Amino acid sequence: MNEIRSQASPDVAASSKVGVGDGDIHPARKGPKDFHPWLARRWQDHIEQYGSPGRQGWQAGPAYPKSQPNASRRDAYPPEGGRPGSSLEFMQAQHLDTNNIELGVLNPLGSGQGVMNAELSAALCHATNEWQLAEWTSKDNRLRASVVVPYEDPVASAAEIRRYADNPAFVQVLLLSRTAEPLGSRKYWPIYEAAAEVGMPVGVHAFGYGGNPVTPAGWPSYYIEEMTGHSQCQQAGLTSLVVEGVFERWPSLKMVMIEAGFAWAPSLAWRLDKHWKTLRSETPHLKRLPSEYLRQQVWWTTQPMEEPDNRDNLLDTIEWMGWDRFIFATDYPHWDFDDPAHALPVKASEAQRRAFFIGNARRVYRGCGG
Amino acid sequence: MSLLPKGAIDCDIHPSVPSVQALMPYLEDHWREQVIIRGIDELNSISYPLGSPLTCRADWRPASGRAASSVEMVRAQALDPFGTSVAIANCLYGVQLLFSEDMAAAFARAVNDWLVKEWLDKEPRLRGSIVVPTQNVEMAVDEINRCAADKRFVQILLLVMGDTPLGRRHHWPIYAAAEKHGLAVGIHAGSAYHNPPTPVGWPSYYTEDYVGQAQAFQTQLTSMICEGVFTKFPDLKVVLLESGFTWLPAHLWRLTKYWRGLRMEIPWVDRAPADIVRSNVRLSLQPADAPDAATLMKIIDHLQSDELLLFSTDYPHAQFDGTAAIPAGLPDSLVRKIAIDNPRATYARLMEKVA
Repeated sequence: MNEIRSQASPDVAASSKVGVGDGDIHPARKGPKDFHPWLARRWQDHIEQYGSPGRQGWQAGPAYPKSQPNASRRDAYPPEGGRPGSSLEFMQAQHLDTNNIELGVLNPLGSGQGVMNAELSAALCHATNEWQLAEWTSKDNRLRASVVVPYEDPVASAAEIRRYADNPAFVQVLLLSRTAEPLGSRKYWPIYEAAAEVGMPVGVHAFGYGGNPVTPAGWPSYYIEEMTGHSQCQQAGLTSLVVEGVFERWPSLKMVMIEAGFAWAPSLAWRLDKHWKTLRSETPHLKRLPSEYLRQQVWWTTQPMEEPDNRDNLLDTIEWMGWDRFIFATDYPHWDFDDPAHALPVKASEAQRRAFFIGNARRVYRGCGG
Repeated sequence: MSLLPKGAIDCDIHPSVPSVQALMPYLEDHWREQVIIRGIDELNSISYPLGSPLTCRADWRPASGRAASSVEMVRAQALDPFGTSVAIANCLYGVQLLFSEDMAAAFARAVNDWLVKEWLDKEPRLRGSIVVPTQNVEMAVDEINRCAADKRFVQILLLVMGDTPLGRRHHWPIYAAAEKHGLAVGIHAGSAYHNPPTPVGWPSYYTEDYVGQAQAFQTQLTSMICEGVFTKFPDLKVVLLESGFTWLPAHLWRLTKYWRGLRMEIPWVDRAPADIVRSNVRLSLQPADAPDAATLMKIIDHLQSDELLLFSTDYPHAQFDGTAAIPAGLPDSLVRKIAIDNPRATYARLMEKVA
């Protein structure tokens, strides 16, 4: 969990032994007009008059009030003002330098994904992508961008992916997990086709605006339930990707499940295998055990890392999944930040730690030295 | 294969309603007439497609008619081969799917009366769960109160996916009634399908629906713990039926981590979620979803308790071959707890004399 510190971690020496990759950094806009250089006047006016709502009831803000403003660490507000994550200089000082981040993948939120107006969603996503280049990756060569796509319009999404096919600043395609239909639905296939073609993994970050309740039994009461529920949403998305045959159809496709923990993955794989053996007459398009697709084509970012009372239990889980499946992530600047100096409290070899903290990330994200 | 001790208590079998005609004698006149004049068909939920290889194991499927639809079939296939002393009948009939509260209440009454007359009266090894119209909590409580006098009912049966999460306060009169009567609350796989059966919409394949039941159980456990059900009803026993169980440790690690960070939102939850589960929540054994004996023992270790699992065959659903209802590799002492001691400690009414 987040520990509030104003300056460098006391354990910086320990964490700096190994360079760290961070698969989940959230850059924020300084203000609502940051996207204007890449947004047509028509859309600027539209937002002024009608906003940019997703499938939820509030004009602004999250469906469930967060536990603290902007869901952010209280020490992450830049000294010059603005939202946590909006100042590159402060992010460098507080996070990238301090935690020895050698590779940081940007996952912008509030970027137009899930906006109900499909054209506006596409326009905002494109503006977000240009903004990442202009304000972030061009100014710090440790940072890489995600192609933010208006995933409920997969054809527009595929075009956006291909637009950045040859731009090395972009290393993954970014979706949110709470889609309108399960991720494996044929509707979304143009996204996977384009991602496989350009060699980018598809990252699926927690949250989203698909309009479905966060549980299959209706809306819960509390933020803690929404947060916990992201893992079930990602389990449902992965189940759909496997069963619909997306991995079978695009064997080079890589998926990265972001910010929903990972310890649920072994049980999901076992359950898929067990019941698929009984029900396989329904899915003759699947040629391998479901767990094999997960084992070869899916990675998990580590935050928020599960914390069993007995830490050896976590080691069992990691070994069931394989040390090559993990991409370390902090979720900076959010409140449930995992600190690289404390985040892997289990016995591991030097090679395993290196894979966990950066080696796997270098192999998964394109052009990152793996 | 681990051997079952004599006298095992099977906590999840599924006698089936052979047809709506079988319920007609148990429906009130008005509803019997409704069935006829409106042409109301079988209430068969898509949770268990009749022909699917999971819904009935091949060697248990009768030449004609429905699986598990007669006492003779259940005796020969589910009770005798396992040396079962007691089996709890959880009738999965689509009562919970109906949109009319009145119709749901009528069908629930019919199913419960049918269960008593056609099953419990004919086979002394059987116990029952009370089917309730969850569409209307007052009606559900009425049905619980009506059936509870018969001590052969040991549990209230809910589906894991209804209209609203089960922790929500409007469900609490059901838990109060359970506590009052010494009934467990069984939450079984299945949906009313009033919400999409996944949190990201309707799936394409039955495989997704069935695999996804485990996620539904995870969210219901979250809901019941976070809303404070077990703070309000500390003696309540909730049994997750046909839920799988290998997901439980990881889910509790995640929920407990968030509880540490967010407990200010739910200050009435005064114990760690894992502690609450150990005192109040149990899970049926089948489908046993660990791939091998070594992994299963690790999961049991991660559960930090040998009191959580209750023997079940999930008859007639296809979860294992032959009589291998107990997964290989479990020590005899644990098998004894799963098969006998844990069910006895969970279902207070199993220890009572029935007339």
